[in-house]
Amino acid sequence: MDNEEETPEQMMDEIYANGGGDDKRYRLVVNGEQLDVEAYAALYSGRTKIVRLLFIADHCGNPMMRSETLRMAYDEIKKREDTQLFREVVQKIDGTLGPAYGMDSAWIDSVERRAEQKKDKLENELNAYRTNLIKESIRMGFNDFGDFYYAHGALGDAFKSYIRTRDYCTTAKHIIHMCLNAILVSIEMGQFSHVTSYVSKAELTPEALEPVTVAKLRCAAGLAYLEVKKYKLAARKFLEVGPELGNNYTEVIAPQDVATYGGLCALASFDRTELKNKVIDNSNFKNFLELVPEVRELINDFYSSHYASCLDYLGNLKANLLLDIHLHDHVETLYNEIRHKALIQYTHPFVSVDLRMMANAFKTSVAGLEKELEALITNNQIQARIDSHNKILYARHADQRNVTFQRVLQTGSEFDRDVRAMLLRANIIKYDFHQKQSRKI
Amino acid sequence: METAEALVVQIQALSGSAEDVSHLHSCLKQSEELLRQPTSLAPFLDRLDPSKHSLGYLYLLEAFTSCPISKEQANELILLIVRFVNSCNAEQIRLAPDKFVSVCKRLKDQAMLLDAPIRGVSAMLTAIRKLQPSSEHLTTLHPDFLLLCILAKCYKTGLHLLEDDIFEVDLPRDLFLYCYYGAMICVGLKQFQKSLELLHNVVTSPMSNLNAIAVEAYKKYILVSLIHHGQFSTAFPKYTSNVAQRNLKNFTQPYLDLASSYSNGKISELEMFVLSNKDKFELDNNLGLVKQVVSSMYKRNIQRLTQTYLTLSLQDIANRVQLNSPKEAEMHVLKMIQDGEIYATINQKDGMVRFIEDPEQYKTCEMIEHIDSSIRRIMALSKKLTAIDECMSCDPLYLAKIGRERHKFDFDDFDNVPQKFNT
Repeated sequence: MDNEEETPEQMMDEIYANGGGDDKRYRLVVNGEQLDVEAYAALYSGRTKIVRLLFIADHCGNPMMRSETLRMAYDEIKKREDTQLFREVVQKIDGTLGPAYGMDSAWIDSVERRAEQKKDKLENELNAYRTNLIKESIRMGFNDFGDFYYAHGALGDAFKSYIRTRDYCTTAKHIIHMCLNAILVSIEMGQFSHVTSYVSKAELTPEALEPVTVAKLRCAAGLAYLEVKKYKLAARKFLEVGPELGNNYTEVIAPQDVATYGGLCALASFDRTELKNKVIDNSNFKNFLELVPEVRELINDFYSSHYASCLDYLGNLKANLLLDIHLHDHVETLYNEIRHKALIQYTHPFVSVDLRMMANAFKTSVAGLEKELEALITNNQIQARIDSHNKILYARHADQRNVTFQRVLQTGSEFDRDVRAMLLRANIIKYDFHQKQSRKI
Repeated sequence: METAEALVVQIQALSGSAEDVSHLHSCLKQSEELLRQPTSLAPFLDRLDPSKHSLGYLYLLEAFTSCPISKEQANELILLIVRFVNSCNAEQIRLAPDKFVSVCKRLKDQAMLLDAPIRGVSAMLTAIRKLQPSSEHLTTLHPDFLLLCILAKCYKTGLHLLEDDIFEVDLPRDLFLYCYYGAMICVGLKQFQKSLELLHNVVTSPMSNLNAIAVEAYKKYILVSLIHHGQFSTAFPKYTSNVAQRNLKNFTQPYLDLASSYSNGKISELEMFVLSNKDKFELDNNLGLVKQVVSSMYKRNIQRLTQTYLTLSLQDIANRVQLNSPKEAEMHVLKMIQDGEIYATINQKDGMVRFIEDPEQYKTCEMIEHIDSSIRRIMALSKKLTAIDECMSCDPLYLAKIGRERHKFDFDDFDNVPQKFNT
């Protein structure tokens, strides 16, 4: 509730501060139902699994959970070849998990030696391809380089290598492949502007688009919009994701996430009809929603105006959502938006509303509700006035005729003022101009 | 002495028809050398009639007043000039406007020297009316008159002049000062809208160099805008000169900070800020306005409550607006109702305030008349605009400039411009 009173700027500050890494404030907030990290991690594959685990470790604020998460991350990294991430994890563990989870320099050395050899080999191959001028081989060479860099955590180099394959793409399929690789690396790097541009590039080659690829692209675009806070567009993209996605894109996103992101963004940004048409009646999206029953329930509750239970669900979900690598920045904003939407929708059909009943429905105090309504009325989101004596909210019906008169008179006097000011300015310019002319002569 | 004598005779003879007067004007210009010994001119002034021989009298008077004057003489001099201004012939003095202006400026100086600015006020107004060809012209005397009004606290008289629409300006500096002083008069009369308009003119007016008047005007613009609108946007309209856009903010930092502190809506913070920057505001002579800004915040907050509430107890108002007691809140509300800033009724028995909607129904005769006059005014303005536009599109200088520029950018369009303008 306290967060409701924060001004948008403060909220922004918080969001930005939080984006930079571990933030102490959230350690206090995270509670409620414990996130089942193991089940969560099983949803993902590839590098994002490790990054997500590290993110949870940084943000959960629970020492038990933290060490458990770090242990899983450590095991996961050992299976791969990313020495940079390994060092990071070891530093975070800092010996708390016993000698078995310490700095394994022998492993690092062997991995790095192998990497060195592989790099030389790849370079030689690539040079050979280049001298032969076989396009396809060169493309493969660069692609291998990209894979190699990606596996070793050099994301910037990986991105560059993948991009280089572009000049050697001969079929639409190759282009899609290049785009998907670029998108994957950009998401890992957090460069969402690249994501948008490569998504649109991929969509320009429609002949080779398989349904799975389309679904992947939708997800990537949704994430990019989410990141720049265009929640409505993000919601639309997530809602368009086809059921073919399945578990085919776990290196970026799980189908559960599609349901959560899409559902929350839609709640925060859609109006009632759009919500009904595009979310609730969307058989396609229903499959996703089935994966996260809480989100499905809360959307239905919201639509059938059971705000208290909807807000309950939201409250329970909050702790886990704050541990999500993509959504955590936006949870507060989205929650505020949803709450405002609920308040506005509640008051909309009534001429007068008893504040005590409304406070009941929203599980809050009358005074708190009054404050929230006040803010909404001030922002012109609710056309109503509060009778604080009798605790009743009255809808306000503006008199069109009076408003029109007011606006006309105001516009008239503004025009009057502007024209006079303009004529004066023109006069001074004329004066300057004549001065210059006479000086010339 | 001989020649001065002859000059007086000439003046007496040549003050009849317009032709004679213009002849006299050239004679007077030639004999300016002679008028360099002002001490000897006093007796001749008596022989001339200011209403008939205005032009000659003006030349002599100007010469006579150009020497340094003692305090005792000043009194008499003021009387002399005032008498001349009141009785002189407008057509004749318009032949030598700079002489007339300089005489009037001396009147202002003397009045200020004697610490009696009010003595110059009415004569200056007369002088302005006689000097300007129409009420749309701004003369050099406008700012001086307004300054005297401010010093003499004759705001009403000053406002009377400000109600004329000014379109014709000779010197930009006159306009700046006119607007600046005018804005101060409007502030004195609490006509903040008009004041804002005048200050806006100064701030956004085209200028190639930053000037002190614009800086001071911008400071006041910030303050008045806070008082009147309760907010201030630091963005300049796009027609503002580059110089102003770039530099004004550097000179007015405390004021911009004040505006941002105001926008937080917290009275205590604002008061703290004002207290810690008191010296700066005092130095600029703006402390009074700053205090008005602070008190306007209470009003703003109460006004905001009327948007949201139908009824609210005085205690709640006091809490929300951060006043000490319900009593104080009642005073504020009462005063605002009196000033027509809010529409409300106070129920003293329960300590409740009931806010009501604006009762104006736009049905009364007065309102219709008001609307009608606005329409007529705007029609007149549009007509003027069209006329100026036409006049501009016939201006040879303008066409020559446009012709040249087109030549530079686009060869195809060039043929449309007649050859003769392309010089």
